[in-house]
Amino acid sequence: MIRFFLKRLALTLPTFFALMLVTFMMIRLVPGDPIEVRRGERGISPERLAQLRHEMGLDQPVLKQFWDYAWGILHGDFGTSIISRTPVLHEFFTLFPATLELTLCAMVMATLVGVPAGVFAAVRRGKIYDQALMGAALTGYSMPIFWWGLILILVMSNTLHLTPVSGRVDLIKYYYQPVTGFALIDSLLSGQKGAFMDAVRHLILPTIVLGTVPLAVIARMTRSSMLEVLEEDYVRTARAKGLANWRVIGVHALRNALIPVITSIGLQVGTLLAGAVLTETIFSWPGVGKWLIESISRRDYPALQGGIMLISAAVIVVNLLVDLTYGLINPRIRHGH
Amino acid sequence: MATDTALATKPMAPPGPFLSFWRSFRENRGAVVGLAVVVSIILIAILAPVLAPHNPLEQFKGATKLPPFWAEGADPRFWLGTDAVGRDMVSRLMYGARISLFIGLSVMSVSMVTGITMGLAAAWFGGLVDVVIIRIMDLIMAIPSLVLAILIIAMIGPSLTNTIIAVTIVYLPRYVRLVRASALAELTKDYVTAAKVAGVRPFRLMAATVLPNCLAPLIVQAALGVSDAILEAAGLGFLGLGAQPPTPEWGAMLADTRDLMQSHPWVMAFPGLAILITVLAINLMGDGLRDALDPRLKRS
Repeated sequence: MIRFFLKRLALTLPTFFALMLVTFMMIRLVPGDPIEVRRGERGISPERLAQLRHEMGLDQPVLKQFWDYAWGILHGDFGTSIISRTPVLHEFFTLFPATLELTLCAMVMATLVGVPAGVFAAVRRGKIYDQALMGAALTGYSMPIFWWGLILILVMSNTLHLTPVSGRVDLIKYYYQPVTGFALIDSLLSGQKGAFMDAVRHLILPTIVLGTVPLAVIARMTRSSMLEVLEEDYVRTARAKGLANWRVIGVHALRNALIPVITSIGLQVGTLLAGAVLTETIFSWPGVGKWLIESISRRDYPALQGGIMLISAAVIVVNLLVDLTYGLINPRIRHGH
Repeated sequence: MATDTALATKPMAPPGPFLSFWRSFRENRGAVVGLAVVVSIILIAILAPVLAPHNPLEQFKGATKLPPFWAEGADPRFWLGTDAVGRDMVSRLMYGARISLFIGLSVMSVSMVTGITMGLAAAWFGGLVDVVIIRIMDLIMAIPSLVLAILIIAMIGPSLTNTIIAVTIVYLPRYVRLVRASALAELTKDYVTAAKVAGVRPFRLMAATVLPNCLAPLIVQAALGVSDAILEAAGLGFLGLGAQPPTPEWGAMLADTRDLMQSHPWVMAFPGLAILITVLAINLMGDGLRDALDPRLKRS
């Protein structure tokens, strides 16, 4: 297990290195004067330009500059935002819990709905339920989620007034200090009546929107995996033993059918963390995705550079954790078969 | 077409590859519907200058935010109404089909050609070439697709061409890995050894002997790649990082409808519906292609 762990860890190191290289190059390729790009100022005097160039190490050889950049990152220095003048790492960690909370909720929703839907479709193969469910799944898979979000806001919020349009909690009614950064937990801790339900109401639409595509993928995958397993000999044996149908399907078949599904669920958490960009933009969800888009429109390149580095790093770490957990559960993976 | 005539003259001959493909493809009703919709959208896109009642960029003063034909207050000149500055919705949607299909097809063909070249090179040369190509592809896959596209756009600026470049880079690894994996599997087979012994040159061996046997999964990937590219590009357009206004790109058309959402919902409804129908049709067709060409290949 330790060898497996070290091997997987070693495999991610070149990726981290390349990621640093790409983000390092990125800020250099942005059109415009490199110092103006980084300071967010226009028309700096030549003397001050030279001084800044020296201060920022831009008069050093490129290799030295990269070394300094990489050294900074390894010591937690991801640059400073031009707009807020705070360290990018600090901004990231303030916003990241919001994205994480949304991602986890979307994933839980997608799994809780997707797996039973897929099982149901497989058991009723070819029947109307199956066709309707799979049609819905393909539609979900093809959905432009930014439009889906707008439609849901129009129907649920603007017309039926069931859910709020944006944000994480009604700041006029409720205020609490962020402890964990998760609105669901913090609102409970705050002890304010109704705060928790308010946070839940804010989460519903973004969760549905972000969870739609993974829900479709999980349903389709569970169905095909279930269909395969239902053909297996041990399922026939279980039926021949006279076990109840729900037991055969729910225990014998499902347990084996879920293995590929769980892997894909795990790997999707990473994709979703980043896919939250669109969802957060629609619902003004104060997470890292929205922050990234705002950094572009504000031309806050240091924030963009650090943000992309951190989001990608988070996704790589999540994927690594999924891999490792999977290695723990399934020895075949661990031993490289 | 040659297979059709051959079949007519010699009834006993086995069906040609195209015919046998078509027979299993048409079994799938959804796929046939998808194909029909895709063909119609392609026709609309090609014929947009003829079909569109108005110039998609022309702003009709005094005819802004008109509703579609079934609603009260509609103007018969504009079937699906007009947008916030009085541009004809139907015409914009038709020209939008051109842009979306153009993006989808460009991304698909560029990544197909590059993917085949790099995949075959990795499989044939092995060693350092293989390691370098696969490491680069791994890096691209490690960065989430939309974030990578944003990073590329931040460097080269938002425009239609740059959207195509960004989305191509994002989707390249799928093609490279697919070609490499199938080519590696084919290279161990006897017919390849026989061709090598017969003295076939490497380039010919890879391009004419190995590649045709890797095509089935590649065609499926290409079809689904078009729909993914359209969705991704529309997402970038929605974020303001794709085609720039006043280009009638579907994603970009959605971007500035938020203020009108409550009062004029159709301005928002149509472009999104166009994206959904196009992507859904291509995906239906792609599913049918997969079942017909390569039953082993399963998409999650």
